[in-house]
Amino acid sequence: MSSRTGIGEEKAVKGGRKPKETKYELRLYVAGQTVKSLNAFANLKKICETHLAGKYRIEVIDLLENPQLAAGDQILAIPTLVRKLPKPIKKIIGDMSNTLRVLVGLDVRPEN
Amino acid sequence: MRKKRIKAGSSSGSLPKCPSGIKGFDEITGGGLPKGRPTLVAGSAGSGKTLFSMEFLIRGALEHGEPGVFMSFEENARELAQNVASLGFDLADLSARKKILVDHVRVERREIEETGEYDLEGLFVRLSHAIDSIGAKRVVLDTVESLFGGFQSEGILRSELKRLFRWLKEKGVTSVITGERGDKTITRHGLEEYVADCVILLDHRVTAQVSTRRLRVVKYRGSSHGSNEYPFLIGDKGIFLVPITSMGIDHKVSTERVSSGNSRLDAMFGGKGYYRGSSIFVTGTPGTGKTSIASAFAEAACRRGEKCIYFAFEESKDQIFRNMRSIGIDLSRWDRKGLLHMHAIRSTSSGLEAHLLMMHRLAHEIRPKIIVIDPISNLTEVGEQTEVKAMLSRLIDYYKSNKITTLFTSLFIKEVNEDTSGVGISSLMDTWIQVKDIESNGEHNRGLLVLKSRGMSHSNQIREFLLTDKGIRLLNVSLSSEVVLMGSSRVAQAAQEEMEAVRRREEIARRKWLLEQKRREKDARIVSLEAEFATVEKDLTSAIRMEEKQGKASLYTRKELAKLRKADDKTTTR
Repeated sequence: MSSRTGIGEEKAVKGGRKPKETKYELRLYVAGQTVKSLNAFANLKKICETHLAGKYRIEVIDLLENPQLAAGDQILAIPTLVRKLPKPIKKIIGDMSNTLRVLVGLDVRPEN
Repeated sequence: MRKKRIKAGSSSGSLPKCPSGIKGFDEITGGGLPKGRPTLVAGSAGSGKTLFSMEFLIRGALEHGEPGVFMSFEENARELAQNVASLGFDLADLSARKKILVDHVRVERREIEETGEYDLEGLFVRLSHAIDSIGAKRVVLDTVESLFGGFQSEGILRSELKRLFRWLKEKGVTSVITGERGDKTITRHGLEEYVADCVILLDHRVTAQVSTRRLRVVKYRGSSHGSNEYPFLIGDKGIFLVPITSMGIDHKVSTERVSSGNSRLDAMFGGKGYYRGSSIFVTGTPGTGKTSIASAFAEAACRRGEKCIYFAFEESKDQIFRNMRSIGIDLSRWDRKGLLHMHAIRSTSSGLEAHLLMMHRLAHEIRPKIIVIDPISNLTEVGEQTEVKAMLSRLIDYYKSNKITTLFTSLFIKEVNEDTSGVGISSLMDTWIQVKDIESNGEHNRGLLVLKSRGMSHSNQIREFLLTDKGIRLLNVSLSSEVVLMGSSRVAQAAQEEMEAVRRREEIARRKWLLEQKRREKDARIVSLEAEFATVEKDLTSAIRMEEKQGKASLYTRKELAKLRKADDKTTTR
């Protein structure tokens, strides 16, 4: 169902597989390649690499290409990051510039 | 008539209008909402914002071929479908036919973490997609203010909403944005600052335990509009807003007359009764026979085979039937035949608007020729004077435009209910009959007079009004030294007049007799005088004759003597 775009696809499976650990399934909604969207993706990727290395997957959806997908996850704000897994669903909006809030939003305890 | 009004309204402004399809609304705005522009509909909870906007959308889709998008921030599609089902709309079917698209936007703040800059492009994308997918011409955002609860940054939200409304305008869709009523501002979050073209306020007020819905057009850029508060109803066929009379008194009038049910009363109106389609007002103190006049009118209509609705706000159906039977008016017969529709309701059972709705709807369904409202003063008790007047003018306007002759009765007690008696609404009435309680000489009698009757010559005299077992009777009253007499005084007066006449007759007879006597006396005197004269004449004549004889005799004697003496003295013989 997802579409892959230029900033798009990142299946990060770095690091060793630890089956008992929680998998993070993240979906980033953007609308075209705006500064905010590009920043959001960059920031998100950095945070994930730092704190969730090897446990996450980011799917980027461009609503300009697939507007019908906005309704499913109740997307209003752009950019919006939806944590599909682990449950419950969480949403983080903005350009992810505030690392702490992103971690709170993802329910990830910051290391250190 | 409605079309005419719309035309008249739209010609005055160059702004294109988008008919809302809501009954009455298009009249007061001269054609509907501003086409291709956003309109703000503000109101407190339960004031009917959602229904208003939903009806705008559905009517647009059904009646004007304009599909619409309903973006709901509160209720989901299923809830909305249930809500409008009560108005007879099948939302699911409309959605299936791609006439209406419902998009439920849910914002849960506790799910959302804000981490820096964002915008609401997602909303734009969704809306744009929805509009394009069905070719929507109309859009509703209900209630977009819910977003304020979903996002922390009010600054972003405001600028985004501003952008949204501008964007809607650019899209050329006619949109309705609803907003919660604020304390000091029209909407809680001041949306009116961004939606500047048209602002409509819905209100739901409770006065004296009775609620009334009202609508007001606060602002309508580039268009004239009625600025009053218009009561409206949410009925089973949608929103019903009754346009005020002043928007156009243009109903066709009839010169046809209808009988009042009483020939003497008809006679007071030039012998023909009331005008068809006019409004008749019967006022009077308690027990003066207002209901009887109303019933006589209703019965006469039924006799002619015309349908009649009788709204009774004071007595039950059976009670009226019984009471009227006692004066020889059998209404139950017409009830059974289905010509008379009797609706007895307590006026306080619901608000003015509900009564108004009922009176409109029944008139619409039954299509009667005659309507009786007995008494209107009970209705005026549940509303304020100005409101009642507005309501009545609308009702009368509606009835008149449908050529329904309406008779209103009203209780009038001097210094008790002068303001609720409906005297204030008499200006709306074409004919005003007053039944007076006239008290004198220890009894009270009913007097009836026509205070006014537009467009016809009518009697200016008071009639005595009697309720007999054969129905209503009107009698001439006596006038004695400029005092109107009725009841027993009228009878007494009549007796007195009778006596006077007898006395006069006797007097004439007596005088005549006297004259005769005098004449006879005269004649008798003449006879006796003549008799006397005859006697005297006879006596005198014989005396005269005697004297003459004696004279001759003496002369002879002297001649004889002279002869004897041979006298020659001639002188002595002479």
